[in-house]
Amino acid sequence: MSLFDIAFYFFALITVASAALVVFSRNIIYSAFALLFTFFGVAGLYALLGADFVAVAQLLIYVGGILVLLLFGVMLTTKLVSVDMKTGTLQALPATLLFAAVAGALSGVYIITDWNVLAGAPDAATTAVTIGDMFLTTWLLPFEIASVVLLVALVGAAMIARRDARSKPTQQAAL
Amino acid sequence: MIPLEYYLSLSAVLFATGVIGVLTRRNAIIVFMSIELMLNAVNLSLVAFSQYLGSTTGQVLVFFVMAVAAAESAIGLAIIIALFRNKQTLNIDELNLLKW
Repeated sequence: MSLFDIAFYFFALITVASAALVVFSRNIIYSAFALLFTFFGVAGLYALLGADFVAVAQLLIYVGGILVLLLFGVMLTTKLVSVDMKTGTLQALPATLLFAAVAGALSGVYIITDWNVLAGAPDAATTAVTIGDMFLTTWLLPFEIASVVLLVALVGAAMIARRDARSKPTQQAAL
Repeated sequence: MIPLEYYLSLSAVLFATGVIGVLTRRNAIIVFMSIELMLNAVNLSLVAFSQYLGSTTGQVLVFFVMAVAAAESAIGLAIIIALFRNKQTLNIDELNLLKW
């Protein structure tokens, strides 16, 4: 077993174990921090796959952005001193069966299908140049639409989350 | 060298874990994290395909998924915070405003 294989199993173990912790932990804070390790594990797998730019973007966007946003959501919506953070689980048996069905069906299809895989080791060259070229040529329109989507989401999120100014005149005056 | 099927199976397990989270947990934020797990599973299979089939297109698609995930998390958390402010709960069994 080469060092590469060991690294793969290491990252795979981190990813699956922390993903299970995200889903099954009784404490929402533990879930949020386990999600951090899931994102790290997936970023490591991207690096192993030779997708360096995607791995860095994963760390920047998911760990640096989405996870921090999630932690803000957790902190703003849980009463830290009460037992409200312990959240319940229900329908454990149907869920287990469904897990087996989904994972089994997907893995089965993946393994049975005869993928037209390239021979030899994956290309080790850097991918950022190719990705940038593709964004500005083939994928230019989706790229621009994605930027509009992000802008709209930003404005919409601020609109939804802010306090309604008319219903709280005293706070508005205090600011 | 790790075969493609290993990465895909890992992605399948990650996706199924996310499905379980959405179906069994009753806290809106945990459901939200589970959706992120599923998006990550899809990204992982996209990158694996991109590498093993020798095309960078898969990695470009990952960035679109990330952009949608970022937009979704911003909007979703704004909705969660607005809901919590109005209803003082995040139990999705009690959040039935759109049900009649």
